[in-house]
Amino acid sequence: MIHFVLLISRQGKVRLTKWYSPYSQKERTKVIRELSGLILTRGPKLCNFVEWRGLRVVYKRYASLYFCMCIDEDDNELEILEIIHHYVEVLDRYFGSVCELDLIYNFHKAYFILDELLIAGELQEPSKRTVARLVAAQDSLVETAKEQTSSITNIIAQVANV
Amino acid sequence: MNPFSSGTRLRDMIRAIRSCKTAAEERAVVRKECAAIRAAISENDQDYRHRNLAKLMFIHMLGYPTHFGQMECLKLIASSGFPEKRIGYLGLMLLLDERQEVLMLVTNSLKQDLNHSNQYIIGLALCALGNICSAEMARDLAPEVERLLQFRDPNIRKKAALCSIRIIKKVPDLAENFINPAASLLREKHHGVLITGVQLCTDLCKVSSEALEYFREKCTEGLVKTLKDMANSPYAPEYDIAGITDPFLHIRLLKLLRILGQGDADASDCMNDILAQVATKIESNKNAGNAILYECVGTIMSIEDNGGLRVLAINILGRFLSNRDNNIRYVALNMLMKAITVDAQAVQRHRATILECVKDSDASIRKKALDLVYLLVNESNVKPLTKELIESLEASDQEFKGVLTAKICSLVEKFSPEKIWYIDQMLKVLSEAGNFVKDEVWHALIVVISNASDLHGYSVRALYRAFQTSTEQETLVRVAVWCIGEYGDMLVNNVGMLDIEEPITVTESDAVDALEVSIKRLNSDLTTKAMALIALLKLSSRFPSCSE
Repeated sequence: MIHFVLLISRQGKVRLTKWYSPYSQKERTKVIRELSGLILTRGPKLCNFVEWRGLRVVYKRYASLYFCMCIDEDDNELEILEIIHHYVEVLDRYFGSVCELDLIYNFHKAYFILDELLIAGELQEPSKRTVARLVAAQDSLVETAKEQTSSITNIIAQVANV
Repeated sequence: MNPFSSGTRLRDMIRAIRSCKTAAEERAVVRKECAAIRAAISENDQDYRHRNLAKLMFIHMLGYPTHFGQMECLKLIASSGFPEKRIGYLGLMLLLDERQEVLMLVTNSLKQDLNHSNQYIIGLALCALGNICSAEMARDLAPEVERLLQFRDPNIRKKAALCSIRIIKKVPDLAENFINPAASLLREKHHGVLITGVQLCTDLCKVSSEALEYFREKCTEGLVKTLKDMANSPYAPEYDIAGITDPFLHIRLLKLLRILGQGDADASDCMNDILAQVATKIESNKNAGNAILYECVGTIMSIEDNGGLRVLAINILGRFLSNRDNNIRYVALNMLMKAITVDAQAVQRHRATILECVKDSDASIRKKALDLVYLLVNESNVKPLTKELIESLEASDQEFKGVLTAKICSLVEKFSPEKIWYIDQMLKVLSEAGNFVKDEVWHALIVVISNASDLHGYSVRALYRAFQTSTEQETLVRVAVWCIGEYGDMLVNNVGMLDIEEPITVTESDAVDALEVSIKRLNSDLTTKAMALIALLKLSSRFPSCSE
């Protein structure tokens, strides 16, 4: 299984963390620091896998972001590279040519998308189209609710002004 | 308006934080925001609860403590609106972990949401439960999740399947309840439900032998057929990756088949054809294809022997080993380590390529290759392998030298066919990387030398020669110094010359000089100096003419 997902920038700033195994808040900070040190210093020509604490971390760099997933020793590292790419492509489709800034200002959306891709550290949906459709459907539920609230607010405001 | 009131929009807060030039500035901004949020929380502010939680999550990712916001997650989850629940569940998953007692309070909301009329809200609940539930919550809500495995919408069925995985991992006793529903998922057509269903069955097999037997008996044939259909399916744009239809499903199926075939001849028989087909037909020019091949090899190596398949598998690994892509070489080495227990002969054939990998520029690969070589050594190949490893020692960097030295010393000690070979190899290692050699190792060397009376002369002469050229290696100096002290007379009088040796002229004063150098050299530590002094003492009784 995937134990956790980390997105870190080249300067070591955390853009997203998702934990599927129990790590306390303190442990999480330690893990992030350790892995940042390990991964950010690796040269570009090296393989995308590091062994760490008896587990394996698969990482791939996309522009200024490192996408990291920690897996068990007997999991398929090459498949994880595909899962990372799967996530990146869905993000790209959603944001339209995604960049780090998109993930900073809309981090909650990046999480919503990840939650349609992975649950309990396992892959949920191999079709990018389906993931996009599900996220869009939920986004429109939010939009509808916003419109309703603002229309109610308008009515109340109008009533109050009378 | 105060820019840091809880009215600040999420975007504005993020912008404000990012424009801070120093860590102190950032801390000040965050402190102000947290104060405003805390105030809003204590006033039970409804309007900005949603936005405040989003802000708290951002602050949390920066590394600041945000436990005061945990109850807000619960309040949002308990609200009736979808947007509130969506952000509430997200906050729950980010700000809490399963060990916190606060989490238990969500159980009731979860139960209600698992029965909601809006399927997206059911989805939110399944996701949260599947990601962070504790064993107690798992036990409480298992019946709901089990029911949802047969929900009308595939989106919910697939989420329920993954949520079930967490439940059975937390409470393995519940596994038997999920066996039948999981088996029905295997007959579905929807890819999302299929991969999650297959994964659920795989994990069920790991926690319950009853499940394993059930799936093995009832589902193996069906799974083989599904994999066949996948492998033969025409182009499906929705699932296509690098020309292959749904590599993820391929891989999950191969994993489950591995578990079902392991230790069972009939099940293994059933899958031979499709495994051969996948192994030969899948193209390996893209990562997706290689990922499938890798999994396929893993399955072949784990199930019951079908000679032809195993050869096919090891050959694929051999090809992987020479692939330019580091990742492929790495996984090949990994798999070969597992393959050794199954078919050591086959792996031996790839020894040369593996040895190349010990010199790889990638540290992860070097280490893996070395581990693999270590497993490959036996009495018949120890000499050539050690030779290669020592050559690698010369070319390797400081970090790797330590590991490599330890492995070589261990190998040499374990397998050495003759004492003289052992001494030779140890000398080479000491000359090249003496500083990495552990104390027990060079102590052992001295013991061996002292026990090999016919080799005393040879040893002391060889050490003397080595000492002339490699004085930076502390351990070499120590062993040399000890030998010269013990066998100085043999050194000087060329006692016990072996045929292979070249003659060497060493006078008594040469020997004494060597010891003097050891004491005077800059890097000599106390141990070395002490040993040299003792050696001088020994020589003073053996070389009476030089006792000054």
